[in-house]
Amino acid sequence: MWRIGTIVALHDETPTARTITLEVPDWPGHLAGQHVDVRLTAPDGYSAVRSYSIASAPNSERRVELTVERLPNGEVSPYLTQEVAVGDSLELRGPIGGWFVWRTEQTEPIQLVAGGSGVVPLMAMIRTRASAGSTAPFRLLYSVREPGAVFYREELQALSDHDHAVSLTYAYTRAAPKDWPQPPGRIDAALIANTTWPSNLVPTCYVCGPTSFVESTTDLLIASGNGRDKIRTERFGPTGDRK
Amino acid sequence: MSSHTYDYLDGNAAAGELSKIFALDVTAAEGQCAHCGAKRRFAEAHLYMQGPGLVARCAVCEHVLLRLVNARQGVFLDMRGMTCLILDTSQLQESSG
Repeated sequence: MWRIGTIVALHDETPTARTITLEVPDWPGHLAGQHVDVRLTAPDGYSAVRSYSIASAPNSERRVELTVERLPNGEVSPYLTQEVAVGDSLELRGPIGGWFVWRTEQTEPIQLVAGGSGVVPLMAMIRTRASAGSTAPFRLLYSVREPGAVFYREELQALSDHDHAVSLTYAYTRAAPKDWPQPPGRIDAALIANTTWPSNLVPTCYVCGPTSFVESTTDLLIASGNGRDKIRTERFGPTGDRK
Repeated sequence: MSSHTYDYLDGNAAAGELSKIFALDVTAAEGQCAHCGAKRRFAEAHLYMQGPGLVARCAVCEHVLLRLVNARQGVFLDMRGMTCLILDTSQLQESSG
């Protein structure tokens, strides 16, 4: 049940987040949005398991990318973001979860809403859309603390420049770039109304972020006319060491 | 706001633990709450993982749907809060592909 993955690349996304690329010889493939459990075992036998979303699209190289944000008091994330090296191996369980997934057969408009590192499984959906040649229209509303905390910025920009069916909106909560049209703030009803798909197009919405973010965003999406049954959520808690 | 705290995750997060027991993905299955009768995907349940095991509660009425505890003797699984679970068997082919 536990697979062994070997780290083949490491890439810092921000000063506190790192993408770990693993090669997993018996990887069965995955769906965009799924996650893995990572198990670390200390020499004394103590082990800790944490869930991390897969960032990469399925690929023939049996590679899996995880982007891990370091949590100040985390038990696992400081090790994954600071200690591991290329050539190390990690124990993985997965791919896991069949609900918070986007499938390439889906052709309806897709609304993605990310809070901080909640962008990771949504990035897997955007990458899978591109690699599968899907034409499903995608919008990403990405709420992030400050410009320096954005994951995958250049790749997101390139994907949206290349294909106008993918549109990006950043919502900065603490510090915005100079000349940004809006002052920093949380996602509100006006931003939902102006930047997400009109509810009469019946988009499927995927919301991922901290629990309070998911809660408030889901309420706003419902208030703007989206059905609860069209909104799929993935929450992570501040102490859960998730993502 | 007495009991309305943001200390839960989605049922999604139980997928790894449940995969130890079930061949099919329970989180994508639709379950019915034994208390209020609501039918929801298990992934939409509220999941509490702070204790020694995990507890899933109905997203509508907060009644306990499932409890799972890993103990020395084995895994304790209590699902009496769900009266019916509809599992999608098409994923059996999919996951092998």
